[in-house]
Order: sequence, then structure tokens, then C-alpha cells
Amino acid sequence: MYKIIKKRILNPTVTQMEIEAPLIANKALPGQFIILRVDEDGERIPLTVAGTNKQNGTVKIIFQIVGATTEKLNHKNEGDSIQDFVGPLGVATHIKGLKKVCIVGGGVGCAIAMPIAQAVHEMGGEVTSIIGFRKRDLVILEDEFKACSEKLHLMTDDGSYGRKGNVCVPLTEMLEAGEKFDMIITIGPLVMMKFVVEAARPYGTPVTVSMNPIMIDGTGMCGGCRLTLNQDGKKVTKFACVDGPEFNGYEIDFDEAISRGKMYWDFERHAYEETCNLFKQA
Amino acid sequence: MAINPKKHEMPTQEPQVRSHNFDEVALGYTEEIAIAEAQRCLNCKNQPCVNGCPVNINIPDFISKIKDGDFEGAYRVISKSSSLPAVCGRVCPQETQCESKCTLGIKFEPVGIGRLERFVADWHNENATDAPGKPQSNGYKIAVVGSGPSGLTCAGDLAKKGYKVTVFEALHTAGGVLVYGIPEFRLPKSIVAKEVDTLKALGVDIEPNVVIGKTLTVDELFDMGYEAVFVGSGAGLPNFMGIPGESLKGVYSANEFLTRSNLMKSYLKNPETPIMKGGKVAVVGGGNVAMDAARTALRLGAEKVYIVYRRSMEELPARKEEVEHAIEEGIEFRLLNNPIEILGYDNPDDKFDPKNGFVTGMKCIKMELGEPDEKGRRRPIPVEGSEFVLSVDTVIISIGTSPNPLIKNTTEGLEVNSRGGIIVNEDGLTSREAVYAGGDAVTGAATVISAMGAGKMAAIAIDEYLSSK
Ligand SMILES: Cc1cc2nc3c(=O)[nH]c(=O)nc-3n(C[C@H](O)[C@H](O)[C@H](O)COP(=O)(O)OP(=O)(O)OC[C@H]3O[C@@H](n4cnc5c(N)ncnc54)[C@H](O)[C@@H]3O)c2cc1C
Ligand SMILES: Cc1cc2nc3c(=O)[nH]c(=O)nc-3n(C[C@H](O)[C@H](O)[C@H](O)COP(=O)(O)OP(=O)(O)OC[C@H]3O[C@@H](n4cnc5c(N)ncnc54)[C@H](O)[C@@H]3O)c2cc1C
Ligand code: SF4
Ligand code: SF4
Ligand code: FES
Repeated sequence: MYKIIKKRILNPTVTQMEIEAPLIANKALPGQFIILRVDEDGERIPLTVAGTNKQNGTVKIIFQIVGATTEKLNHKNEGDSIQDFVGPLGVATHIKGLKKVCIVGGGVGCAIAMPIAQAVHEMGGEVTSIIGFRKRDLVILEDEFKACSEKLHLMTDDGSYGRKGNVCVPLTEMLEAGEKFDMIITIGPLVMMKFVVEAARPYGTPVTVSMNPIMIDGTGMCGGCRLTLNQDGKKVTKFACVDGPEFNGYEIDFDEAISRGKMYWDFERHAYEETCNLFKQA
Repeated sequence: MAINPKKHEMPTQEPQVRSHNFDEVALGYTEEIAIAEAQRCLNCKNQPCVNGCPVNINIPDFISKIKDGDFEGAYRVISKSSSLPAVCGRVCPQETQCESKCTLGIKFEPVGIGRLERFVADWHNENATDAPGKPQSNGYKIAVVGSGPSGLTCAGDLAKKGYKVTVFEALHTAGGVLVYGIPEFRLPKSIVAKEVDTLKALGVDIEPNVVIGKTLTVDELFDMGYEAVFVGSGAGLPNFMGIPGESLKGVYSANEFLTRSNLMKSYLKNPETPIMKGGKVAVVGGGNVAMDAARTALRLGAEKVYIVYRRSMEELPARKEEVEHAIEEGIEFRLLNNPIEILGYDNPDDKFDPKNGFVTGMKCIKMELGEPDEKGRRRPIPVEGSEFVLSVDTVIISIGTSPNPLIKNTTEGLEVNSRGGIIVNEDGLTSREAVYAGGDAVTGAATVISAMGAGKMAAIAIDEYLSSK
């Protein structure tokens, strides 16, 4: 069992927790993730490591409540424990040698992007961050991003905070104005990442995307997390859990990934409703 | 007394009943049937059956104890060579191992050695009262990577010798393929759980949720004071066919399908982990894994399940008993058929049709068998122009697995062969000092009994190495 040491509500749909897991705290690097099960018979879900505290042996996770498992997790409190917590999984972000980086985060993807932004900053690199949200009360981690970015563009879809528009607007403006980034690192909804790749394509700026397919084991055993990459005209299958989760954005078949992500849509809606009803009754 | 030419039948659940539940299919011999079957054994002096068993269980000896009604005595004979008799008695491919060498088999059906072994193990589990005590510790710490049959056996044997053993397992439950692959109706999980509990009683620590190569590396295990490491990480990496359509929704590797059902319990009424149920299912492949996937799909409620295999019944690599069970349950065998493309729904008028991207069928080509190759297996050749579409909603790919490269990639100096199997000498020692390996991680996908045997051998070698140090 893994104890919840701290819990913080970041906004109505996003929660941050610090979990006691010293072996993982000791090892995890930006870009890696963990897999957890809230309770016996629970589903295994992946969440990115949003930070570690080696002294206390804790691992920070930030999750958006989107379905049954994240809802159940959100009902746990400080002092409670969760059943399983394994990691760090996946390959860490390749940030070595990057001097000028643009981080583009969308929604809860900002939580996943934040440790990468911090790592580049600590390495002495120059970070420009673009973070986008649907509306004002969903904004998270603004201060954290400010602290590690030279420039911060905060966007909301409805203009209720920051600038109105999506994350591609400031990105395109900067690229048009001749800004050169060694790398754009983008994390968020698949559709957003697809558009970030398209925005960068005319300028040939390298884009790293962080993929989030449905996973089970996270060790390369099931192949459920597979993605198709186009490498020099050849289709290549990769497992996001062991080969990723980060990939060259120009190679990813986004349409396929978007389609596969909806495989269990009916089941998930139903399970979410049932879980919510359960908690309402209790 | 004339010898009964046939093995005593295994009592089983009726096919129409069992195809709708996940309870064990074979119910096991009663004491009376077991004694009667034991009496068929000729107690051959030269013991040919023993050579057919990868771990050389003294078969005539344990069978004669059954004849005498001394079931616990029979158990003691078996446990000298095997630590997992309740498992192996159920899943060993006996017809190609011990039973294939049985003298009785020349004229009649061989002695039902596997069934007797299972009987003895189940009898022991039900009736034995002596809990194993914790052996005197010798102070040495050993790390075992993976909790499949090889790892569990190595851990158990070393613990009995007084070693302090920790088993590190990547998943949340111990047992390896025995819990995530082989389904409940063939090997109840309670049997595996019992083996694991026995190890714990011997003082073995089981650490789930630790991925060696990620959470800790092999080198770090030595830094932590472990003096030898046994790698029993299996061959869990699923192979795909590389044909168009393999990423459509409804295409699974057998590993994913079985893991969802077994380990994540998607077969329960209200599961938390989803799985596609119902409709028509095609399983590609002809091994034990394919049979398990097909029979699981049926039990989950599929209206029709096909096994699609590119050779003929004769070449089918699965155990005969499992193929027979599958046929009885109504699984349809599409032999000499090879898939060339998986087809998906694509509404040309509506890009957002929720049905888009789901499997609708599988295009196959008929095959015929050509000349035998070097290994004597007749090679399947496509029949030109014979393409057809099998209408299905789910495709499960079961064409084999390879060893996972994770440990190799994170352990300097650990050598593997071209297929990814860890290279070991006859003692199970790898190219790294004090690092041993065995089971599927070395051989590629094989059998429970050979993995168990490798774990046993490595335990002996580790004991010798540390005693002489
Ligand atoms: C490598 C990786 C890192 C991630 N990091 C974060 C993070 O830091 N914070 C965060 O909020 N979310 C993260 N996610 C997404 C998160 O795993 C899903 O939101 C979560 O699984 C939803 O579970 P649920 O039962 O609450 O919702 P469900 O109702 O089950 O599903 C909602 C959506 O989540 C996705 N999903 C469902 N089950 C899984 C699964 N087993 N694996 C992956 N995706 C699934 C589906 O696409 C679905 O559309 C990450 C995903 C991956 C693959
Ligand atoms: C569906 C199916 C049906 C089968 N049916 C039969 C049958 O009827 N008869 C038969 O004899 N054989 C059968 N087999 C084959 C048999 O199960 C295997 O040969 C046997 O389990 C191999 O044992 P093992 O100990 O080598 O590895 P496994 O059983 O594969 O166990 C390896 C364990 O190591 C863990 N692991 C892997 N990497 C790491 C890591 N880096 N860190 C920590 N842990 C790790 C894995 O999670 C796993 O639990 C079947 C296999 C399958 C998949
Ligand atoms: S372990 Fe397997 S091969 Fe050996 S005697 Fe038992 S059933 Fe036969
Ligand atoms: S070969 Fe057959 S008959 Fe002879 S001892 Fe072995 S099991 Fe008995
Ligand atoms: S999650 Fe199973 S292989 Fe990646």
C-alpha cells in the first residue's frame, strides 16, 4: 500500500497528490510516469510523475477527474493509501543539450509539461511556455510556470483569463516572427498536439509530443498502447509505455491514436456514471 | 487382471455448461478413479516415462504409492523433483513428455500420469496439515526477478536452504503467466495463490510493483546486499503480424486480451477494466495461447469464435486435450487460412461516426501445404486468388511472444542471443558474475515445467556458488 501524504485541489477538476514511494522518488526523471490501482480489482491507470521529493520519498501526481478511476482516486484523502503504485516507467524526456525550448501545454497536460519546463530551466536553458485552458477556473500551475519560463503565454478558449484563443496562436506568431527553438515540447489533448505539429511544420522546428494511449501493464507485455509511426515512408509499430511516451511529433499517426483512444468510450461513460452515483449515495 | 486399454476419463463440466462459466473444466479424479488408473502402471524397470519428464519425477514410484492409497507418500515423491505439481499436473503437455514415453502407450493409451499428478497435489492441498516451518537463516540475501514458475521455484528451493530471498515482480500480483495468461477455467488462481502463500510461509518476501531495469537495476540489487540474482522475467513481448489494419479498434494481442480478462478480472459482472465482449471473434494462431484466448472469448459471450491457423490440424502446436475441449465447446477451426488484412468500418459521409475504426472483418487467403522444410514441417503456400473475408468484430493475435529487452538494456555485460533470449551455461549462469537466468527469458516461450526445472537448477547452482565463496 502507498500512502497519500498530501492532497491539494488545484481546480474543480484537477487534483494534486504526493504519494509515499521512495524507490520511485529516487529514480523518476521528467517525462516518466507511474501506473496505479486505487484498490483491489481496480483498473490500472498511468499518470505522469509531476515531481519528486527525494528526502521525503514522495512522488507528486496531478490528475484530471475524467472517469471512474480518477473519480475514485479523488475521493481518497491525506493519510489514506492506494493499492498499487509502480514506476518510474517510460523513457525520460531528452533535454540534454537543449538551449531554447518552447513548452506547449493544454489543460492537465500542463501538469505533465511542468517538470520538463523546470528541468530545462535548471539546466540553464531558455524556456518559453504556452499554456492553454478552456476557461479561467480551470487554470493550473500559473505561478510554477512563471518561475521557470522567460516568457509565459497564458491562453483561454473563451478569453476569461489571459489571452483569448488556442495555444497555436502565440506559437505561430513567434515562429512567423523568426523565433528559433531547438525543440517544441507539447503535451495535451491529441487534437491539440496534432495542430501544434502542423503549426511547426512549415518552419521545420523539431516537435516532441507526449502520447497517452490506453495502457495496462506499462512494461511492454500487452501491446495495447501501440502507436503507428511513419519513419521514412515506412510504418513502424511502437509501444508507448516502453518506447515512449514521448515521440517525434512528425512521425505519429494522430488520427489512428485519436480513434484508438475511443475504443471503450461507452464502457467508460457508464462506469463513470455508476461511480458518481455510488459516491452520491454514500 | 487384463489391463484397461484406455485411460480413465477425466470428469469434466459439460461443454454446453462450461462454455458459459469460468469454473475449471476438468474436475479431477476421485480417490477410486486415481487408484484404478494407478493400477494400469506396469512399474517398468527401465522407467522410460521418467526420461520424458523434463524434471525426471520418479513416476513409477509415486504411482505405486497411489496404488497403496498412500497419497501423501506419493506427494513426497513428486515434491523431490517438482515444486508445482498442482500446476504441472494440469497444464503440462504430457502427451509429448512423460506420457509419450510410457510403455503402455505402445499398445494402449498411456498411463494418465498428469492426471494422477494433479490428483496427488490436490489431495495434499486439501488434506495436508503440516505447515512448512521457516528454515534456519544462513544470512545470504538473494534477489529473484519475476514471479512466474521459474522465479517461484528458484525462490522456494533457496528459501528451504536458509537463504533470505526477495522476489521482485513488475505486476501487482505474483504468478507470471500462471495468473495473467492461463485462464481460470484451466488453472484456478487459488492454486497459484496457495503456492505463493507457501513461499511466504518459508520466509520469502514478495515485492510486487517493482520493475527491474526501471525501479531498481540488477546492479543496484548487488549494491543493496543481494549476493546473487536470478532472472526469470519470461517472454512477455507480444509479436504482431505486420499486416494492414492491426491498429483498428477491436484488435488485441492475446496477451492483452487474456490480461484484461484474467489479471484485471474483466470477466466479472461489473468489471473496472473494459474488454470487448460478444460479436464474432477470430483468434489468429494455433498454440495453447490461441486456444486460451478463443475459449475465453467464448465465455465472455462471443456468438462465434474462430481459430484461424495457416497450417492444418496436424501441425497445430496446442495440446491435444485443449484442442478437443475447444472443439467440444463449439470453437470453429479455420485451418489453412492466413490473414492478410484486417478491415475496419469507415463511413465516407461521416468522419465522426462512432463506429469508424472498429473491426468489421478479416481478409484471409487459403493455403496449401508444400514440401516439408528442414524441420520436417510442411510449409504453407498461399493459393492464388483464394482471398475471402471473414466477418468478425474482434481479432486476437496469438502468433508468439519474445523476451522483453528491458533487463538486457539496463544490465551491462548481460549477453542475449539473436532472439533476445538471455545466454546461460548449463548451470543457468549468465555472462555476468552471480547473475543467473532461466525459464522463458532464456528459451523463449516454452512450458511451465521447463521453467520450473530451470529455476530448480539455478537454485542448486546459486547454493554451490555461494557455499564455495
Ligand atoms: C503515459 C501517460 C501519462 C498520463 N499522465 C496523466 C497525468 O499526469 N494526469 C492526468 O490527468 N492524466 C494523465 N494521463 C491520462 C490518464 O491515464 C487517464 O485520464 C485515466 O486513465 C482516466 O481513467 P478514468 O478511469 O478516470 O477515466 P475513463 O473513463 O476510464 O477514461 C477517460 C479517458 O482516459 C483514457 N483512459 C482510460 N483508461 C486508460 C488507461 N488505462 N490508460 C490510459 N488512458 C486511459 C481514455 O482515452 C478515455 O477517453 C496519462 C496517460 C498516459 C498514457
Ligand atoms: C496463455 C498461455 C497459455 C499457456 N499454456 C501453457 C500450458 O498449457 N502448458 C505449459 O506448460 N505452458 C503453457 N504456457 C507457457 C508457460 O506459461 C510459460 O512457459 C511459463 O510461464 C514461463 O515461466 P517463466 O517463469 O519463465 O516466466 P513467466 O511466467 O512469463 O513470468 C515472468 C514474470 O516476470 C515478470 N517480469 C518481467 N520482467 C520483469 C522485470 N523487469 N522486473 C520484474 N518483474 C518482471 C513478469 O511480470 C512475470 O510475472 C502458456 C503461456 C501462455 C501465455
Ligand atoms: S511434471 Fe509434467 S512431464 Fe513431468 S511427470 Fe508431471 S506431467 Fe509429466
Ligand atoms: S512407462 Fe508407463 S507403465 Fe511404465 S512405469 Fe512409466 S507410467 Fe508406468
Ligand atoms: S501498456 Fe501494455 S505494452 Fe504498453
